[in-house]
This record gives sequence, structure tokens and C-alpha cells, in this order.
Amino acid sequence: MASDRPLSPHLQVYRPQITSILSILHRLTGIGLVAGALLFSYWISAATYGSVHFDQAQAILGSWFGRLVLLGITFALFYHLANGIRHLAWDIGWGYEMPKLKASGLLVFLFSGTMTILTFLAGYYAAGGG
Amino acid sequence: MELRSPLGRVSGLGSAKEGGVGHWWAQRLTAISLVPLTLWFVASAVFMVGADLATFREWVGSHGNPVILILLTISLYHHAQLGLQVVIEDYVHHEAAKFASLISVKLGTVFFAVYTIFCILRLTFGG
Repeated sequence: MASDRPLSPHLQVYRPQITSILSILHRLTGIGLVAGALLFSYWISAATYGSVHFDQAQAILGSWFGRLVLLGITFALFYHLANGIRHLAWDIGWGYEMPKLKASGLLVFLFSGTMTILTFLAGYYAAGGG
Repeated sequence: MELRSPLGRVSGLGSAKEGGVGHWWAQRLTAISLVPLTLWFVASAVFMVGADLATFREWVGSHGNPVILILLTISLYHHAQLGLQVVIEDYVHHEAAKFASLISVKLGTVFFAVYTIFCILRLTFGG
């Protein structure tokens, strides 16, 4: 029985908007950061097993694959942090108007992109250009 | 103030059951504490790129670093547990699978937090 009543959004017919993309990215980066937490624990714990294991951990994190993973985790961290602050602002009632939602969303992308690049530049600087 | 009716409570209605407000608050508090802690961590850990063990131990154990690292570990794994719980409750509908994954996440995050804190203390006090 056909009806003209509007249907609730469904993934197959849902047009992505900046607000919806930011929303699902918050969850995805959160899940990704669990891997980041485990990597943090791996790094710290490797140091308790002595030089051989710690140097091995440093080599794994410093390899091209390790750097790629760290790049993703760094972006996820800054994204989740910035968008988390956006969530906290909503909790105190700020920023629900459409223009503010879009502006703060754009700011989150700009912040996380810029901070990721700055962090990696600092990392390369600390490693002496390596 | 209790907003739920006695009937609603005994029937176990509501998605959050008993701990909704506590979960919400804990998620916000850990979020707030993680802002300065993770910013400090990134700014500080970036200088440990390619460091040897002696330099790394010096960094972990010096000044207030072990205290901040332990606070970071606690906030991080608590926040991770709260977040994963919400994701599981949203997407895992099979009761047994949901129950098992919620318990695994709780036990797993506590294990990794305690293990990481133990490692930080060991690097700080030697041995």
C-alpha cells in the first residue's frame, strides 16, 4: 500500500551532509583511538623488556607502515578531541543553529588537519630530519 | 529525584537501565580531563621519536611525567570503555553477544590500564 508520507532517513537514500559525516567520523575515530590506546600501552610496556625490545618497537613505529598508522591515529586523536569539544559545547546549549553547526564542523576539520601536519613536522624535526 | 515510575523500574524499561546519568557524566568528565592530557602527551611524546631506551626511561620517569602518564592511562581506558559500551549497545542486538562483548570490554580496559600503570611505575622506579 503506497503512502505519500515521508520515510525516516535510510542509509541507502540518505544524502550525506557535513553534519552527518562529522557525526559518524566521531564514532569511527573513537574506535580507531582504542587501537591508539593499545599502541600506547605496547610502546610503554616494550620499554620494560629492555633495549632489544624497545629498539624493535621504535623500529616498528618508525617504519613506513608504522608511520602510516601513527598518521591515522594522530588525525583521529585531533579530530575526536576537537569534535569532542564541539559536543561539550552542545551539552551547555551552545551552537545548535545550522550556520554555527556548519562553521564549527569546518573548524574541526581545519584544526585536526593542521595539527596532524604540525605534529608530524615536529616528529621529523625531533628525529633530526629522518 | 527519581523520574522513573516504580512499574518502569521493575520492568527494566529504558535503554540506559540504572546507570544512564552516571555513564553520561563519566564520559564528559573523562573527555574534559583527556583534552589537556592528550595535548601534553602529543607535544611531549613527539620528542621520543627514534629515542633510545635510556632517553625514553628518563622521559617517563622525570618530574611529574609518571603522574601525568598514569592520569592519562586511567582517563583514556575509562573513556574508551564508556565509548565502546555505547557502540556495542547500539549495534549488537543479540543478547548473549552483547553481554559477552560488554564484559570483555570492561575487563579488557581494566587489564590494559593496570598493566600500563604497572609499566610506567616500573620504568620510573627501576627494576
